[in-house]
Amino acid sequence: MTTLGDLVLKVRSKNAGPFWVTIDVFCDDPAVYDRLTRNLSTDRVAALYRTAPDTLKRFDIPDLRVIKFSLPRPVIQGSASDRDMHGAQYAALLEELAID
Amino acid sequence: MTTRVLVPSGVLGLGFDQAALERGVALSPDIICIDGGSTDSGPFSLGAGQSKYSRAATKSEWRSLMQARAQAGVPLVIGTAGTCGTDSTVDWMYDITVELAQELGQSLRIARLYSQQPTARVAEALKAGRIAPLPPAPEIRLDDLTNIVALAGAEQIQAALATGADIVIAGRTTDTATIAALPLSRGDAAGGVWHGAKIAECGALCSTNPTSGVIMVDFDQTGFTVEPLADGARCTPHSVSAHMLYENSDPFRLYEPGGYLDVTGARYAALDDRRVRVEGSSWVPGPYTVKLEGARIAGYQTTILAILRNTHYAQNAQAWVDRLTGFLQAEITTRMSLDPADYGLEFRLIGVNGALGPLENRTGTPVEVGVLGIVTARTQAEAAEIGKLINPFVLHYPLTDDEELPTFAFPYSPATTDRGPLYEFALNHVMALDDPMSAFRLTVTEVTP
Repeated sequence: MTTLGDLVLKVRSKNAGPFWVTIDVFCDDPAVYDRLTRNLSTDRVAALYRTAPDTLKRFDIPDLRVIKFSLPRPVIQGSASDRDMHGAQYAALLEELAID
Repeated sequence: MTTRVLVPSGVLGLGFDQAALERGVALSPDIICIDGGSTDSGPFSLGAGQSKYSRAATKSEWRSLMQARAQAGVPLVIGTAGTCGTDSTVDWMYDITVELAQELGQSLRIARLYSQQPTARVAEALKAGRIAPLPPAPEIRLDDLTNIVALAGAEQIQAALATGADIVIAGRTTDTATIAALPLSRGDAAGGVWHGAKIAECGALCSTNPTSGVIMVDFDQTGFTVEPLADGARCTPHSVSAHMLYENSDPFRLYEPGGYLDVTGARYAALDDRRVRVEGSSWVPGPYTVKLEGARIAGYQTTILAILRNTHYAQNAQAWVDRLTGFLQAEITTRMSLDPADYGLEFRLIGVNGALGPLENRTGTPVEVGVLGIVTARTQAEAAEIGKLINPFVLHYPLTDDEELPTFAFPYSPATTDRGPLYEFALNHVMALDDPMSAFRLTVTEVTP
């Protein structure tokens, strides 16, 4: 099984303010970028983060060979149920996702 | 007119390369700008009105910057002083500045820009329909907020600079405002100014050597040029353009008071192996609104940590905490007359799903499991009392009734830790202003050694 993390240079997640988290997939290789723009569906990423597909923003940026996803934080940063103040571990889920 | 802005690092308190700073001063900047804050560490700083960085680190870095300012003979500006930019942290930064002025023998004019908002002003604006939510905004409730700040833009920094201040200590500002203010007032292209300010606001994070800190940006009529100043650091079209992704939910748009930056048309070109030229970004004017941030106390916490190393317990940790939680809720009701709705009691399993909780999709066989118990109650005394009540059971509670009492590992004594207030972010809204200065105030002080 190939995971997304096996293919790309880096997956990074960070807060974008207290109410959003943003996940950047740095493909580096144009062939990997093309493969992911075809094989990684927005619905699948939304399901991974248990968010509605229409709340997930997606940006395919060919110049940078980056795919970026932004979603409202499942819990507001720093609220009683927040487990990851900087949102940096959300990336792990996408990194471990199996890719055709 | 070209405007040269020296940015020593992404935030005061994290360090920068002193030699690179000196190189920057020798290049005759028109202004030195540094950011002092962020919401990135959570709501505590804003809620409590305190800096997250140590006074010692802040003072030693500010000393270098005040010396650089004196040498360059140009204004030094800090935005979002003291992490959150409340009035209390602006004054904290001011006290440090006055101390240093004495120690360095500097005579200074210091402008303080205050961004804190009285609740009454925000309540009035709400009533007048001048507050709008940004998605996803929490329901607006103003009565119990400990601190509210508005994010100043370029206009308020320009007003502070117009006082002739040597040093501007600003409360909450947007990340980009301090850098954008001077080039905008000198007529440099607004699209290029805001874009360059965004690229520069994290210091050398837009370069190949992120921790070196120091960068220089030259703004002009058609765009900007960015150059890192540390030995061996380079900016490339990729490192610069990729920075628009950073901590930004939309990599092409950045909202500021009075409009937004659109970088869809930006072109990035390497001038040489260290400098990048950017042109083609545009500024789209809009209504003048400032973003609001606020925090409130959402309870008081006490925590407890136990480690399950016994294999049977480590493998059945979730079943153990489920059974333990039911038992403890009944105990707390019996002994303290509290309903589970009156307090929070949560056990997080470190080694199972500690970071991701319900999103975790992997399972495995952990060597050990850290059980982090978090009590949230209406007062610290109540949280501490619940913590003491649950302590012996977190230590000894069995998985089944017919076994000998287990004993888990507590890493310290006492096993419970009182955390103090839990703050939460309470606003994701903008407030419309007719006059940019109507929600901000300036104080100018002359300091002599």
